[in-house]
Amino acid sequence: MKQLLELMDQAHQELSAAASLAALDEVRVRYMGKKGILTDQLKQLGQLPAEQRREAGQEINKAKQALAAALEARKESMQEEALNERLQAERVDVTLPGRAAETGSLHPITLTIKRIEAIFAQLGFDVVEGPEIEDDFHNFTALNVPEHHPARAMHDTFYFDDGLLLRTHTSSVQIHTMEDNEPPYRVIAPGRVYRCDSDVTHSPMFHQVEGLMVDKDVTFSDLKGVLDAFFKAFFEVDELPVRFRASYFPFTEPSAETDIQCVLCEGEGCKVCSHTGWLEVMGCGMVHPEVLKHTGVDPEKYTGFAFGFGVERLAMLRYGIDDLRILFDNDTRFLQQFS
Amino acid sequence: MKVSETWLREWVNPEIDAAEIGSQLTMAGVELDGIEPVAADFSNVVVAEILSAEKHPGADKLRICQVNCGQDEPVQIVCGAPNARAGLKAPLAMIGAVLGASDGSSFKIKKSKLRGELSFGMLCSASELGLAESADGLLEIAADAPVGQDIREYMMLNDVILELDATPNRADCLSIAGIAREVGVLTQTQVTAPEIATVEVVSDEQFGIEIQATDDCQRYAGRIIRNVNVKAETPLWMVERLRRADIRSLGPVVDVTNYVMIEQGQPMHGFDFDKLSGGIVVRKAAEGEPLTLLDGREVALNENTLVIADQEKAVALAGIMGGLDTSVTDDTQNIFLESAYFVPEKIMGKSRNYGLHTDSSHRFERGVSPDLQAKALERATQLILEICGGEVAAVNDVVSNPALLDRSAIILQSSDIVRHLGITVDAERVTDILQRLGCEVEVASESWSVTPPVFRFDISREVDLIEEVARVYGYDKIPSRLRPMEPRIARKLETEVNEDILRQLLVAKGYREAVTYSFVPSEIELMLNPAQEQIRLANPISEELAIMRSTLWSGLIPALVKNLNRQQSRVRLFEMGLNFVKTDSGIKQRKQLAGVITGTRNTEHWDTKAENVDFFDIKGDVEKLLAEATETTFHFAAVAHPALHPGQSAQIIDGDNVVGWVGALHPRLEKSLGLSQTVFLFELDMDRVSKKSLSAYKKLSRFPSIRRDLALIVDQSVTASAISRVLENAGVEALTSHSVFDVYEGPGVEAGQKSLALGLIFQDFSRTLEDADINAHVDSIVQLLEKQTGGVLRQ
Repeated sequence: MKQLLELMDQAHQELSAAASLAALDEVRVRYMGKKGILTDQLKQLGQLPAEQRREAGQEINKAKQALAAALEARKESMQEEALNERLQAERVDVTLPGRAAETGSLHPITLTIKRIEAIFAQLGFDVVEGPEIEDDFHNFTALNVPEHHPARAMHDTFYFDDGLLLRTHTSSVQIHTMEDNEPPYRVIAPGRVYRCDSDVTHSPMFHQVEGLMVDKDVTFSDLKGVLDAFFKAFFEVDELPVRFRASYFPFTEPSAETDIQCVLCEGEGCKVCSHTGWLEVMGCGMVHPEVLKHTGVDPEKYTGFAFGFGVERLAMLRYGIDDLRILFDNDTRFLQQFS
Repeated sequence: MKVSETWLREWVNPEIDAAEIGSQLTMAGVELDGIEPVAADFSNVVVAEILSAEKHPGADKLRICQVNCGQDEPVQIVCGAPNARAGLKAPLAMIGAVLGASDGSSFKIKKSKLRGELSFGMLCSASELGLAESADGLLEIAADAPVGQDIREYMMLNDVILELDATPNRADCLSIAGIAREVGVLTQTQVTAPEIATVEVVSDEQFGIEIQATDDCQRYAGRIIRNVNVKAETPLWMVERLRRADIRSLGPVVDVTNYVMIEQGQPMHGFDFDKLSGGIVVRKAAEGEPLTLLDGREVALNENTLVIADQEKAVALAGIMGGLDTSVTDDTQNIFLESAYFVPEKIMGKSRNYGLHTDSSHRFERGVSPDLQAKALERATQLILEICGGEVAAVNDVVSNPALLDRSAIILQSSDIVRHLGITVDAERVTDILQRLGCEVEVASESWSVTPPVFRFDISREVDLIEEVARVYGYDKIPSRLRPMEPRIARKLETEVNEDILRQLLVAKGYREAVTYSFVPSEIELMLNPAQEQIRLANPISEELAIMRSTLWSGLIPALVKNLNRQQSRVRLFEMGLNFVKTDSGIKQRKQLAGVITGTRNTEHWDTKAENVDFFDIKGDVEKLLAEATETTFHFAAVAHPALHPGQSAQIIDGDNVVGWVGALHPRLEKSLGLSQTVFLFELDMDRVSKKSLSAYKKLSRFPSIRRDLALIVDQSVTASAISRVLENAGVEALTSHSVFDVYEGPGVEAGQKSLALGLIFQDFSRTLEDADINAHVDSIVQLLEKQTGGVLRQ
């Protein structure tokens, strides 16, 4: 038995000396493999007298188990160490920028239109579109603006040689909608419009959103309700004073200009609101019976309201843009501010 | 229109201040643009008379004046004005007076010494009192002005001007009378018009009036006044009132006609009677007929223009401007006064044809009341007589339309007020509003029979009355109501490609959305789309904005170039919008999605090699977009495009339809645009990428898939899509997918040929495929490839 104790001492020394998992495995094989020293010892048990065999077998097995446990423990600690080394080696500067591509951006006009669409969607308005090159009928006549009417002078229209024109407002989409569908209507029509006017505060192309609601018993009161709710939602102001001033558009009656309290100075008066405390943001009114008739809707049966407003104005107010021209300059340094 | 508050208050005097009057008018539809005082805020300035003006011994331009300002002793004033002379009456700012400067500051007049001479105040010009923008001497005051009177009092300067902007339908608000009526309605205040005394007619002399153009001119009234002293001075009060309405004093006859126009709303004209021959004819001009206008311009008239003529010639552009030859001059003795009614629709747009816009045309186009002519004539006669004297002849008042003043009654139902406004308005209030507006009202139960006044051209139907009730009652009194909604769920089709998703895909790929003008210069269109007939605006802002874009590239490429010129070397832009293409069946307007990219594939990164984008970057982006439209199978075909590099240009096809293009900008265009880096572009027709199929579940195979790779040597001209077609049509059901994973040309492959590495994936639904099965499939595929593409396996 003394021999076994010496053997085990030696094994444990070799185990401690093993510097790698491979070396450790060699120790295991040398002592516990098929031809290992301890395996040999077990094989030799048969040569012992029968009365010693049992005890000796137990001793060897005990030694073997102890060695296996020690090997396992050593292996685990070595694996742990190896992992730690790897982790150390693989350390990176996590503050360096990632490899992801740069994200682009939507144009502030699109952002504004999407926001407007989302708000009106909650009130049940669908989004419709119409052509930008229009005929005189849809842009003027059907909207109750006869030829030579002074109201036409309010619109500086771009014409083509064949009498077609670039729509001066999205109100023309009202006509298409009513021509092509049966009432009730609840739509908004965002899009480009064109006027022959270009200076610091006018762009020959800009964007409007037209709105139309026609149903049985739609009243001016409903018009006020929808616009009130819209402006509050758009500017995220719970108590935003909105006022309706009498005005004139050939295609609505009664007509109104809608002012909101200046969102920049909260009505105190500033440069943006020309020190009036109010911002004129929208024209609206009850759809004129002639307009309904032009599109085959019975004004005795249906009433409705329409409104139209400039998208640029709302975008500029919302994002604090003080230069209309920059919206159409497509300078990426400007565009990337809307990422 | 500019309205003097004191003038207005002579007509209607509600117990509210000017600002409140303005605000009530604004809310009711006549917008107040501003309130301006008629003079600067000054005090202690009086009417003074210069008794003597001697040259200053020490300064050439200064004079030493002895001035009577109503005190016991004259005061000495040193003055530099060129018109300072003995006998002149002018405003004097006394010591202690405070004058405002144009920059808003003010200064106090003190006793001072100018080049050694004492000055006890300052004689003032119009600009120093804030009456004019500029002045070149002392304000000259009428000789009869009472010396010593406060100048504010004398010139009635304690007044403000309300600048009001009436909408085009409210012609009736283009006069003091009209604004007064409106204020009376809004404030429920009595309106009192100044009394017009009928003058004594001393002669029956009449000048013939013949209305030939009876559709256009329905009333023409005129009268002769003889022996008019046209050199008489227009009284200060009238000059001041005209000044406050932005009208310059030009002599008493013109001043009076202008005054009546502002007061009553009737534009008038005074002719030199002795220069008219035979009688007035209201007719259409002969084509090319000459007329020299008051402003000296000679025009050749066209035949749809209405003129006032005498027996020989046209003497005025009807309702727009008088002629020079027959105008009142200093030598005029006898005048003929005109007061007419022209039909608005007939006169509309006429002044613009001659590049004119006058106070007169502005009113006639919108509608001058047809009951005003005789009254205005009387008022003008009265004023001319007061100022110039004269002998008045009888009025000749010719009406060509006997029904001119007839108006039909309109029935206003109280239920319709509710139907349009959503509120009930008290019946008595409705009646009161309509009556104050000048309507004749018969009240019935739940309705009114309303005859609108002749001066309201904008009231002809019930809804017009409802509008009147609403705006006078007050829009602010109509409650705001969020209309209850029929519950409904908006139908969003899952099979429709969402535009916003396409936008977002591009944003995720680093594109920035641009908004470019729909009109572009002709040259860029010619470069990009030379064969396309251009759609030109008849009245463009400039040649740069003259042609409707046939492709969005026309706006995007210049935008990209602009960015490159601003030191941005990596640019990715996209735009969604209509293009405009002339076809045999008219103009097509189709929504497009287009993009342009240039520069490096990635933004500069510490661990990524900087490489420039190439065709396959933009193609990848396009494929990503097309992948949304799953209902359609798209093919890329090598087709040349005039704007694109012939070797890097693909047409995107779906059956017979062209969906769009993708490619590199043609190097020739690169050069003409001054570009030094390659640009890649795409454009898709949104209608052709708008449908996706609803995803449909397919069972998954339980058996393993097996991959086989082939290296195929083919002629260089054989395209990847040709190989794909062979594989797709091979009839091998177990071939579930395939890909080209490498393309090689170079050593080991003969010139003119290329080696394609194909990955083939096989899988069966019912069993695990054996090697023998796969070998058989591969053999048949190789044979097909050889037969159809000439490809052979690489040895």
